Amino acid sequence: MTDTAIAASSATEYAGRSGFARALNAFVSRLVIIVPYLWLLFFFLVPFIIVFKISLSQTAIAMPPYIPVLGFGEGLSGFWAQLKQLSIDNYLWLTEDALYFNAYVSSVVIAGISTILTLLVGYPIAYGMARAPATLRPTLLMLVILPFWTSFLIRVYAWIGILKPEGLLNQFLLATGIIDQPLIILNTHTAIFIGIVYSYLPFMILPLYSALEKMDFSLIEAAQDLGCPPISAFWKITFPLSIPGVVAGCLLVFIPAVGEFVIPDLLGGSQTLMIGKTLWNEFFANRDWPVSSAVAVILLLLLVIPIMIFQHAQARAQEQGR
Amino acid sequence: MIRKALWLTATTTFAAVLTFSANAQERVVNVYNWSDYIDDSIIADFTKETGIKVVYDVFDSNEILETKLLAGGSGYDVVVPTANFLARQITAGVFQKLDKSKLPNLSNMWDVVSERTAKYDPGNEYSINYMWGTVGIGYNKKKVEEALGTDKVDTWETVFNPEKLAKLKDCGVYMLDSPTDMVPTVLKYLGLDTESTNPDDLAKVEETLLKVRPFIRKFHSSEYINALANGDICLAVGWSGDVFQARDRAAEAKQGVEVAYVVPQEGAEMWFDQMAIPADAKHVEEAHEFLNYIMKPEVIAKATNFVYFANGNKASQEFIEKDITSDPAIYPDEAMLAKLFTVSPYDPKSQRNITRLWTKVVTGQ
Repeated sequence: MTDTAIAASSATEYAGRSGFARALNAFVSRLVIIVPYLWLLFFFLVPFIIVFKISLSQTAIAMPPYIPVLGFGEGLSGFWAQLKQLSIDNYLWLTEDALYFNAYVSSVVIAGISTILTLLVGYPIAYGMARAPATLRPTLLMLVILPFWTSFLIRVYAWIGILKPEGLLNQFLLATGIIDQPLIILNTHTAIFIGIVYSYLPFMILPLYSALEKMDFSLIEAAQDLGCPPISAFWKITFPLSIPGVVAGCLLVFIPAVGEFVIPDLLGGSQTLMIGKTLWNEFFANRDWPVSSAVAVILLLLLVIPIMIFQHAQARAQEQGR
Repeated sequence: MIRKALWLTATTTFAAVLTFSANAQERVVNVYNWSDYIDDSIIADFTKETGIKVVYDVFDSNEILETKLLAGGSGYDVVVPTANFLARQITAGVFQKLDKSKLPNLSNMWDVVSERTAKYDPGNEYSINYMWGTVGIGYNKKKVEEALGTDKVDTWETVFNPEKLAKLKDCGVYMLDSPTDMVPTVLKYLGLDTESTNPDDLAKVEETLLKVRPFIRKFHSSEYINALANGDICLAVGWSGDVFQARDRAAEAKQGVEVAYVVPQEGAEMWFDQMAIPADAKHVEEAHEFLNYIMKPEVIAKATNFVYFANGNKASQEFIEKDITSDPAIYPDEAMLAKLFTVSPYDPKSQRNITRLWTKVVTGQ
């Protein structure tokens, strides 16, 4: 039961213990729970089923560009006949060409490296924020959120201006004499990493900050009083306590980064193979909605299954901890 | 692409609001055209003359338009796909036949263009030509002269001969990320049938492209406009209109960047943007009036004077500024016109092979 439901139920209990109130109370608490489920049903499950159904169809030059289009136009038997036309051919097709496998792997690798880099950059920032004077924290939090006020796209475009061979970064480095040849950063993997780290940094900082802020820093003082050096106090106390924030932050960065399309398109070179682009090609260049749907379904499984296993393992570890 | 999608969402919402607020009695036509593709005064004049309100909305990729059309219920009355996309959309049943009795201005059209568009739309039953152009080479005059010793680029050799292109590597080369435009162009350069889907021919195309691949900075279908205009790159294989846009932006910026466009001597692919009426259009009558108005010589000439694209209207040519009709990059001469080619849309299997070949060239996978 959620907090709201508990509050609602105790309120009704005090108001009067009639049967009606109890029924209302039960109804309200159900209603509160049902809202997130309805949300999941309409905005996740229904679209997923539609995509999954298209992934079992065949492409056609028609409106919409696949067959069969399920419908009850020819009665129940017609519907059954249409269902029978569905097949898993598109999934078999994905295994025939190494392209798709390579694209998945390369997306996961790029997203993984970017997530680690984001964590390395984000952790010190979040730590600094959590240790800052309480009066300063809201301002710091504001500064982290501030970039969201400008369009994501414009911010990524701005990086083109910074990173290009005649861009701001190279001009600065050349002027200060650190380099004498412009660095080629734009249109490489490095540029993609920079773009992802920059764009997703707030998603890493915010959960880390909320985990670190809750921490009782007197624990550190106690450790230091007992002769523990600061670095090992960090690894023995601060880091383990911040793990929920680390996990949440990493998932928030990793998941969207795997399917990222805009950053590789604008900052990356053409040689970057990512699943977002492969999906785009299937959908728009080949006009093969079924195959692109299959690519999307696999991508979802690829992301959801490890997360579920991870959550399961974590829940178990927590139970054993008790 | 996403940038476009976001922009589209914004403009579509805006258009929807406008449509709903319009009086039910009012005559309306919903037009969906490419961005920066018309002189706005044409729309105002049309409304003044006919009393029909134009809800004008823009896109900048054929793919986005096609997805909307195939999903159905787009709500548009006039759309402007490129001919090879149009052909497939006609097969899919997206469009309705034009009522030619309502289009008397069809007599103004240019046979050179309509003969070619008939390849995509037999008998020009479903569409009229709006603008057309070529797939050629846009380049930065000064940078190319520094690298090659001449500012004259007039052959596909410059792009597809690895020794030649290697010299331009450092100053930056972009190529369209569009297999359906690039593969036929390479076939033309190799002297093969531009419509070939024969595996041997495609293997030769792949080999040619892989040899020049190391010297190409990026494959992208719109970034080259800015890159050329800013002087970030020295050469791009691109669509004529986009290069002209880059040329104009560079001239406006006055940073000493001079962009030129050339239709290489071997010949080039021609593209056609066609106006058509979706089958589920709600304002068919108004859509015909709009098409007929666009085919008025003075009107389409005004559009050409504004966008610097050639149009498919013969009678309009006397109203077009001299520097446009005499520019061989926009209106090629007879000899060059004969060398320009068109490509029919591919069947799904060939399309898949060509996309796959392209992915291999672009990503090395």
